[in-house]
Amino acid sequence: MTEIFGVPIQALMGQLTIGLVNGAFYAMLSLGLAVIFGMLNIVNFAHGALYMMGAMFSWMLLSYWGVNYWFSLVLVPLLVGAVGAIIERTMLRWLYQLDHLYGLLLTFGLALILEGAFREAYGSSGAPYDAPDVFRGVFDLGFMMLPKYRAWVVFASTVVCVATWYVIERTKLGAYLRAGTENPKMVQAFGINVPLLVTLTYAFGVGLAGFAGVLAAPVYQVSALMGSNIIIVVFAVVVIGGMGSIMGSIVTGLALGIIEGLTKVFYPEASSTVVFIIMAIVLLIRPAGLFGREK
Amino acid sequence: MNKTTTLYVVLMIAAIAAPFTIYPVFLMTCLCFALFASAFNLLVGFTGLLSFGHAMFFGLAAYVCGHAAKVWGWTPEFAILFGTLSTTVVGYLVGWLSVRRQGIYFAMVTLALSQMVYFFCVQAPFTYAEDGIQSIPRGKFLGVIDLANDTVMYFFVLAIFIGGFWLIHRIIHSPFGQVLKSIRENEPRAISLGYDVDKYKLVAFVLSASLAGLAGAVKSLALGIATLTDVSWQMSGEVVLMTLLGGMGTILGPLVGASAIIGMQNYLSGFGSWVTIIMGVTFVVCVLLFRRGIVGEIEHRFGKSAAK
Repeated sequence: MTEIFGVPIQALMGQLTIGLVNGAFYAMLSLGLAVIFGMLNIVNFAHGALYMMGAMFSWMLLSYWGVNYWFSLVLVPLLVGAVGAIIERTMLRWLYQLDHLYGLLLTFGLALILEGAFREAYGSSGAPYDAPDVFRGVFDLGFMMLPKYRAWVVFASTVVCVATWYVIERTKLGAYLRAGTENPKMVQAFGINVPLLVTLTYAFGVGLAGFAGVLAAPVYQVSALMGSNIIIVVFAVVVIGGMGSIMGSIVTGLALGIIEGLTKVFYPEASSTVVFIIMAIVLLIRPAGLFGREK
Repeated sequence: MNKTTTLYVVLMIAAIAAPFTIYPVFLMTCLCFALFASAFNLLVGFTGLLSFGHAMFFGLAAYVCGHAAKVWGWTPEFAILFGTLSTTVVGYLVGWLSVRRQGIYFAMVTLALSQMVYFFCVQAPFTYAEDGIQSIPRGKFLGVIDLANDTVMYFFVLAIFIGGFWLIHRIIHSPFGQVLKSIRENEPRAISLGYDVDKYKLVAFVLSASLAGLAGAVKSLALGIATLTDVSWQMSGEVVLMTLLGGMGTILGPLVGASAIIGMQNYLSGFGSWVTIIMGVTFVVCVLLFRRGIVGEIEHRFGKSAAK
């Protein structure tokens, strides 16, 4: 068997794929955080909990009503987005004129409520969720076996991320959004419904987390704790990338997932901390983040 | 005697009488967390830096102190001192990295670094991973006074709490504390007045980390355990909630908030996840309707005299 740096190529490629899949989730979640932060100036601590809710919803839809994966993929982001819209309308709205930290504290409270509620209802042990039959089995690429579902996750998340980037950077709606980020009062004066835009932005960012949750359901165990495990890493990703750029958060997310995967091969002890170590180094060299702008 | 002094005398008498009516271990837990929250409040309430990773100091000191007391057989005063100093060092490193960013980023950076400390504690041999360090001996204070008795231990903890609390009080009312407040109120102006803002923030951070460590070290002796819960992000969230509920930027707020949260956890301990849900709801209610916190609200209603 071929080896690279003394590591069998199969194992290397396997970890690389896992890293890429994790990176795809980091990218989707940090993208949602960046979009929300850009418009609302709020770091959405509930993002992980809403991602968990996405996975939970798709599991519940399947096991209670037999709604299959494909419907979930469309339905769940809408549901989670709707929950987001309600959260924004009833709670976050009152905090915009205050210190941004209150937004962080409020969404942290929401995260605790969601996590506690799902743990109370379903326990913390996690339930399996089977991928659709289409994704059973692997692609044989000659030098490695690529599980079909993992390939699909990377593909779907890339499409969603690029589409988001396109909408924000290249369409009229995205132009309103970017203008609203720069100067909400001026945009409002031009007759654009900024409060609605804000609600939709939050709903969209959160819906993205829901979508990631559905994608994640067959990969990881569906459990109440899956959100809090990932959100802190995503925060570190956001600090590394800086929240200024859409493309930046996508690229950083994917790259860190891959780095994490490689660390698991070469130095497993550091695999859970490598993202934080990179964050510390980035803070030393470029405090504003790799793609961030210093205010 | 003015109102403030009267209040402190009343509190003092209550603290001395308390262990004869209330379970001392519960009181010790309250005191440790009150010191922890006060240390945290020094940073968030008086410097304006929201750290979301203060559990790393609390938990790390608990481990270090517990290890020193149990494995090396140190006397309690040296074990506590060693635990506290270890967080001074870690606090310096973490502060040095994180004061580079402000506001929300500062919160995220401290959270991420505390998660790093958490994973370190999961893997390090001296923490015994999931089990934690258990049955840590309280030992004999100065080699003479046996702390095994709960009431004796309570007064030991009370003395340390008063020492820590007095120190925080002194820091806040010193010229140094006034500079911290000016940074909280208007950082650009503090910079233009010629203050090296980052240095002040760093010193405040190290002080806060050390005092949080002191609280953690004392807790590990008082309760006899140091576990992963102490370093987890949930613990960081808890101390934020204690301070928020009691009143950020008030001196007695953290004490009130810590007692309320510990009391709530104590009474609801049989309800599992409901504790988390209630804490979440408290967060939301505090942020939306009650941003001054309990003590802040009282001060606002009845003038600024009490405990300022």
